[in-house]
Formats: sequence, structure tokens, C-alpha cells
Amino acid sequence: MSQSKNPGSELPLQQQEEVVIRFAGDSGDGMQITGNQFTHTSAILGNDLATFPDYPAEIRAPAGTRPGVSAFQVRFGSADIHTPGDQPDVLVAMNPAALIVNIKDLKVGGTVVVNTGQFGDSDLKKAALAKNPLKDGTLSAYRVIEIDINKRVSEALKGTTLSSKEAQRCKNFYTLGLMYWLYSRPLESTLKWLDEKFVKRPELAEANKLAMQAGFNAGDIHELFQGRYEVHACDVMPKGTYRNIMGNDALAIGLVTGAKLANLDVFLGSYPITPASGILETLSTYKNHGVITFQAEDEIAAICSALGAAYAGHLGITSTSGPGMALKGEGMGLAVSIELPLIIVDIQRGGPSTGLPTKTEQADLLQAIFGRNSEAPMPVIAAASPADAFEVGIEAVRIATTYMTPVIVLSDGYIANGAEPWKLPKIEELKPFPKPFLGSVPEGGFLPYARDQHLARPWVKPGTPGLEHRVGGLEKAHLTGHINYEPENHEFMVRMRQNKVMGVRETIPTPNVFGDSTGELLVVGWGSTKGAITSAIEKLHAKGRKVSSLHLRHVWPLPKGLDKIFGCFQSVLVPEMNMGQMARILRSEYPQHNIISYPKVQGLPFRTSELIAKVESLLEK
Amino acid sequence: MTPEAQAPLTKKDFKSDQEVRWCPGCGDYAILNSVQGIMATLGIPRHQICFVSGIGCSSRFPYYMNTYGFHSIHGRAPAIATGIKTANPELSVWMVTGDGDGLSIGGNHMAHILRRNVDLKILLFNNEIYGLTKGQYSPTSPVGLKTKSTPMGSVDRPFDPLSFALGCGATFVARTIDSHLKHMERVLLAAAHHKGTAFVEIYQNCVIFNDACFEDFAEKGVRDEKTIDLKPGEPMVFGKELDKGIKIVGWEPQIVPAAEADLWRSDTHSPGPAFVMSQLHLDPAMPRPIGIVRDVRAPIFEEAVHDQLRAAKAKRGAGTLEQLIYSGETWMV
Repeated sequence: MSQSKNPGSELPLQQQEEVVIRFAGDSGDGMQITGNQFTHTSAILGNDLATFPDYPAEIRAPAGTRPGVSAFQVRFGSADIHTPGDQPDVLVAMNPAALIVNIKDLKVGGTVVVNTGQFGDSDLKKAALAKNPLKDGTLSAYRVIEIDINKRVSEALKGTTLSSKEAQRCKNFYTLGLMYWLYSRPLESTLKWLDEKFVKRPELAEANKLAMQAGFNAGDIHELFQGRYEVHACDVMPKGTYRNIMGNDALAIGLVTGAKLANLDVFLGSYPITPASGILETLSTYKNHGVITFQAEDEIAAICSALGAAYAGHLGITSTSGPGMALKGEGMGLAVSIELPLIIVDIQRGGPSTGLPTKTEQADLLQAIFGRNSEAPMPVIAAASPADAFEVGIEAVRIATTYMTPVIVLSDGYIANGAEPWKLPKIEELKPFPKPFLGSVPEGGFLPYARDQHLARPWVKPGTPGLEHRVGGLEKAHLTGHINYEPENHEFMVRMRQNKVMGVRETIPTPNVFGDSTGELLVVGWGSTKGAITSAIEKLHAKGRKVSSLHLRHVWPLPKGLDKIFGCFQSVLVPEMNMGQMARILRSEYPQHNIISYPKVQGLPFRTSELIAKVESLLEK
Repeated sequence: MTPEAQAPLTKKDFKSDQEVRWCPGCGDYAILNSVQGIMATLGIPRHQICFVSGIGCSSRFPYYMNTYGFHSIHGRAPAIATGIKTANPELSVWMVTGDGDGLSIGGNHMAHILRRNVDLKILLFNNEIYGLTKGQYSPTSPVGLKTKSTPMGSVDRPFDPLSFALGCGATFVARTIDSHLKHMERVLLAAAHHKGTAFVEIYQNCVIFNDACFEDFAEKGVRDEKTIDLKPGEPMVFGKELDKGIKIVGWEPQIVPAAEADLWRSDTHSPGPAFVMSQLHLDPAMPRPIGIVRDVRAPIFEEAVHDQLRAAKAKRGAGTLEQLIYSGETWMV
């Protein structure tokens, strides 16, 4: 760490390569806003970053209790960043519950900023603490910065018209100001955001600005810290235009982009469900892009309305999470049977049943691939990170329209709510793939179930003269699409649908191996584990370990070439946030290889350190 | 929906090439025939018409119409039809369902399509039984009905489809009878011309599993005495000689001499009178109401959806890829 003087301050300015901060407070304390603002400002400064919001399912669990703790972790730095970090360097704890729930994760020697204004006896009692952790040695391994934020905010807002209760709601901006000071961040972006957010209540914008400025000034005035830090812009990020993006937003933008490239209008049928609701909400703001959003009466109506819209010639999309997927099963089967493009987005969360609504998991993989009655094959693709969700959205549209098939997109709570800088594509690099509708009777007559080279049937918009026809969920005769119960025809059609979906392999790439193409161990991931796996492999390479990785975007059908790649390694390790579902698929598809499952089902993403330890334990065997 | 410039269509034009596979004597034949007949009079080209159904005997209907058609899954036709009509408001969308499909497994969707007032026509064939699954009771079967799943008689209280539709805020509610062809045609035409969701319950006889269940009032010989045809703006009279009438006193309908009958108003601000009439049959002395029970105008769902799209485009311009991707705060590296 180099040291320099910060003009206007007596405190030394230290350079840091990267920092992990966790903001933790009550669910009513505005920690998600605080974290998002800090993230946004850091992104604009040019830091690479990754975030991990972690909040309870209850909107306002009893105040001050442990179940009510809401946290937001952000890792930002000047180096390439793949994960929100295993352990925070700094923990901001707004109350005793937030402190006690999160302190175990803080790095030894790390800094904890504590709001002592919220550490009275009743606060300790709410957090089920017999003793005050500020006094009983709990924090002896950390640097503790004690500030009575409640009091400081009251003082800062004395001259305003806000009631004391309203004034206390500005605490999070005081905290944000303090962290902005500590890490030498500008306030402008958040000032602007406050003006926009409270355009109808300027007094609240002003109060929050005052609180933030007070927090910022406190760093200088009160000498709470030994010094300030600087984290320079990331210099390894590829050149281009960036914006900070959360996974649900990136997926929504990707789907609309895909629709535009296919020359289709979007119809989203959706029913609100955590953590997928953001897709419905974001798409509902794209009305000027011709996007129709329909908040249906339930999950079934959501998929059925989207399928109706697909029949009418729109790009039908439905978005949900695991429990909603279970309800959509029959609708998906109908989409398979009538062979229309449809996109089903599953933002996975912990289960079974209602499970852990706000926590992440990858346990819907087998449900996605197999979870329908009878033989109902569908392509399944998975996003690897918030920014990757954009590309996955486009890819889903490409597959759905090219093959006239429903496609499942898997994301999860970690991607949905996490954020990272997204390098925006150049518009001219986005290749259109317009979907032609059949517009008139072709030579030789119209056959609704005729096939093209991809085994896709024609898409006909109702309203097209001369092509009136009927579709439905009953088995259809090859070519004519008439109801047909003949045994041979049924088997023919089952195989036809299967071959069509497996044919997707012909238009998807074999994934690249990260690291050497031969070796002892290949780590295979899919979905949101990519960041943690990449981080782990980088660190293992730095240690000289011979290990490689490969990440699957297309999880069904699997891309070609995996057999050959797996054959160049002694073992294949599959870390996933479920009980080993992808490992099960790989074992059944590639029984000749040694597939080792590494499951984690805690509602939390993998830590880089966990993966490193697992790989090293296998390499040492 | 612009009238076709070509030669006017005939009933035959609406018959598809598919063999009709309902049981001989099924009431569905008469309904199919009536619908094909009135479609020819609407001036809508075949390719602009789409029939949507769920599952059940009635739901085979789209296969027999030479239009666009979608035979979907059990109970979900309202959702699929809503998607179709919202995506393409130009289409004339007709939904065919039954008492099980539309009011049991699909009851939720039915409630919501009615409250939204999507501009499409719903034909609910009520035979008070599950036909395609071979004879179990339905949500409209009377208490005591012995069926394959109720060997000691049903203990479920049924509901009245008209009351249900009114409760959902439906803007057009009517009832007709499969064997009363002229009446059916008149009601279907009124439904076709209604702007908004039109809900038409059709008493439909299932010859196999619930034969003659409507005989008490629908049989030609007794029909005039046992039913009352509600015609908007006309006096509520019934009887072979049209000598009897209904007068609503307070909330209570009473049978009075024809001259004292109230005028039937299907367009009152409150659906109250319509609801009172829809429950008339609970009194065995009262005639069964058929005809047009409610007919009011309300905003159309899909029009409001497209109005918002137009307003957003007018305000922000038709969105481009550039605007979509390069929005929010961006920075250069």
C-alpha cells in the first residue's frame, strides 16, 4: 500500500486494490438502497464490482430482531472482480442484531462501524443478547468504530421540518456519507438520485442530502478513522461503454433485445413472485418499445396468456420462480405440443415449497429439464452473472424462434439481485435473426406441421387469409396436425419433438476450457457459480495448481464436444447449489467419466475459499 | 373487423373438414349449427375469427369451425384467449367452455376475464355434469344428483352461472337453451354485437350422462310457462298467452298479471336487479330466466393496454435498441 496526502485532510490517504463492505441493519433501515447507491457510485468511478444483497422474506420482520436483518455486500476494486467476496473488510452494523448476525463473516482485523445509538437495553433484548457485544469482548479481533448515528442524524436535521421519526429514517444516508468519505467517493450521483427519487417531496431529498453530507463531514471532523482509502478505477476492464446492471434488469433488456432482433413484439404474462417480480416490473416500463405486460391472476394464467399471445404472433414470455414453475407445468407441455416459441424464465430460490423466498439456489434444474408430464423436451439455458443474463435473454429468443419451441431460462436470486458493470454491446454487432411468418398458402398446400431444416413447423398469425387451422394439446398427425391417436404416429411425433430439441446442439458452441486443456481436474459449473469458480481457478493457478474449468450456458441439450473435453481430465468436479443435479445429468450422459458432485444448499452462493479448499483436497488425494 | 368485400359467407363456409365426434343426440350439434349460422351473418372474414377452448366435450368445438382455433388445456381458455385478443385486438375471439371447464377448474380465470372486460364472446355449455370424464357431478349439478362419483347423491351446493358472471362484473350476461333455436340465435347475435366480454350460458343436454336434466322447463311443451325470456326494454311477461308477468317489489320478484309487469332493464347502473332475476329459479314457483340479463358498456381491457402503448410511444418515441441498452447512467473505460 502506498501512502499519500489528501489535500484538505490531515489523514493519510492509502491505496487499496479492492474492498468488501457489508451494510447491515434492520429491514426498515434502507440497507439495500445504501448498498445500491454505493455500488452505483463505485461503478461510475470505474471500479469493477460485484454485489450480494441478502434480505429476509418478511417486508418488515419485528424491528431490531435477528430475522429482520437486511444486508448488502459490495466488493469493488481496481482488479478484475468475479464475486462479491467471501468476507467483508468492513461491516457497518446499524443495530445489535445486524452486528451479531454478521460479525462472524468479518475478516479478522477488519473494521466494524457500529451505530451505538441503537445499543440500549431494549435493543439488546430484541436481538436476544444477554450482554452488550460492544463490551463483552465479542469484537476484540476487530477495529471498532463507534458512532451514535441516531444522535448525529438528529443534530444534522435539527433545522428541518422533519419529525424526529422521519429524521431517523435518514440514518442510512449518514452511513453512506461516512463510507463515501472513507473510500474517497464523490456524492454527486447519489445527490442526483435523491432529487429524482423525492421529486414530489423535496424536503425528504434535502434531509437525506444533509444526513449524507453530515456523515461525509464526520469522517474529517471526528477523526473516527486513522486514514482514508482510495480504490482506483479498474484498469483491466475491456474498453467500452459500461452501465451498472442487476440480473433481472439485464435479462429483461436481453429478452426485449432478442425480440427486436427477431422482429417480434413482446408479450409478458407474469404473476408476482420473489425474486422474479423485477422482470415484470422492468418490462412494464418498456411500453414505448411495444412491450405488453399482463399481470395475470395466477401462474397458470400467466403462461397461458403468453402462449395465447405467441399463437397470435408475439414473443410470449412468462417469468416466475420455482413454485410458479411447478404450476406452469401443464402450460409448458401444451407449448411443447403445439410447437410455438415461448420463453419461461425461472429465477430460482431456495425450496422445497415456499422454502427460502429471498435466498438463492439452483435446485430447479431437473424440474426445468424434466418437470412435465410425458415426453415434453425443452431447451434449457442458464445465466452465469447479472451481465450474462442479457446475452442469455437474446439466446433464448433465438432458440425459441429458430426451433419453434418453448425455452426455459434459468437464473437465480443471486444473479437477479446482484449487480456488476455491464460492457454494453455495440448496436451494429447485434445480429438480427428475423422470424418470418407464413403469409400465404405455400406450393403444394398448407401443412401446419410441416418441418424446416431445424424440424421447426411454420408460424402462422391468425388473421392471415387462407391459412385457417386449428392447434391443440391432443396428439397431432404428422404434417396435417389433425387429431391422431394412431400408435405409430404418436411415437413418430414424440421422436420428432425430441429430435428437434436435441437438434439445438447443432447451433450452439462447445464451451471453452479455462486453463490447460488437459489435467487432473476440470471444474464444471453452470449458472451463477461462474464467478466463484473463476475466482477460485485464478487463485489456484497463481498457486501453480493444475486445474481447469468450463462453464455451461446451454444446460439442455448439452453442447457437443463435452465427452472429448472430459476425457482429457482424470475427474470432473461439479459444484452447484443443489444436491448434485447437474452431476446427475452429466453422469447419465457421460457415464464413462469420473463426475464428482460438490453440493451446497444453504441459500448462499459458494465462497471462493470453499471451492479452493475442495479442489485442493481432491488434488492432494 | 371490416366486412369482407368478397361474396357473403354462408353457414357452410364455417364448417371445417373435420368429422364431428359428439354423441348422437348431443345438444352440442344444435349449438354448433347455430354458431356457424350466425357467424355467416356477422360480416367478419373467416381468417379474422379465432375460437378458443379448454377441455371437455364442448371444448372440441374449435376443430369443427373453419376458422383459426386453439383447443387448449383444462380451464385455461380464458387466459389463452386474453393473450390472443390482447396481442391482436383485430381478431374476433370466441371462447367455448363448459360448466366443469369454465366454472370448476377454470373458475379463477373465468372470474378474471369477466372483470377485465376483454372484448370476446364466451359460450358456456352447461349440462350440469362432467361428460368427457364419463359422468361425475359438476359445480352446477343440483344437490342430490346421483352420479358415478356421488353414488349417494351430491352434497355440493351448486352455483348459478349467471349470478357468478354478474358477481364478477360481467358486462353482458345471457342465457339460452340448445333446443330453443330461434332464441339461441337471437342471444348469440346480441352477444356477437356486444362490445366487451359477453357471457352466454347455454343449457345443453347431455344425452348420455344427464339426459333431460332441463326437461322440466326447457321442453317445448312447457317452455313458455316455465321460462321467462328477458328482453331489454320490454315487459317481463311469460306464459303461452303472455298473460303473466314479473314485478320486482323491493328485492322480491312477484308473479303478477302481465299488465302489471315491470319493464326489463338490462343496463341499470347496479347489477342488483339482474342478480335478483338470476336467482329466480330458487323459488320453484318462478319461471326460469333466459334471455339477456345484463348488457352494459365498460372500458375494454385490450384497448386500454394498447392506449398505454400508444401514449408511451407518443411521449418517449418508439423505443430503439440504442435507447433500450444505452440507458441509465453509463461510463466509458
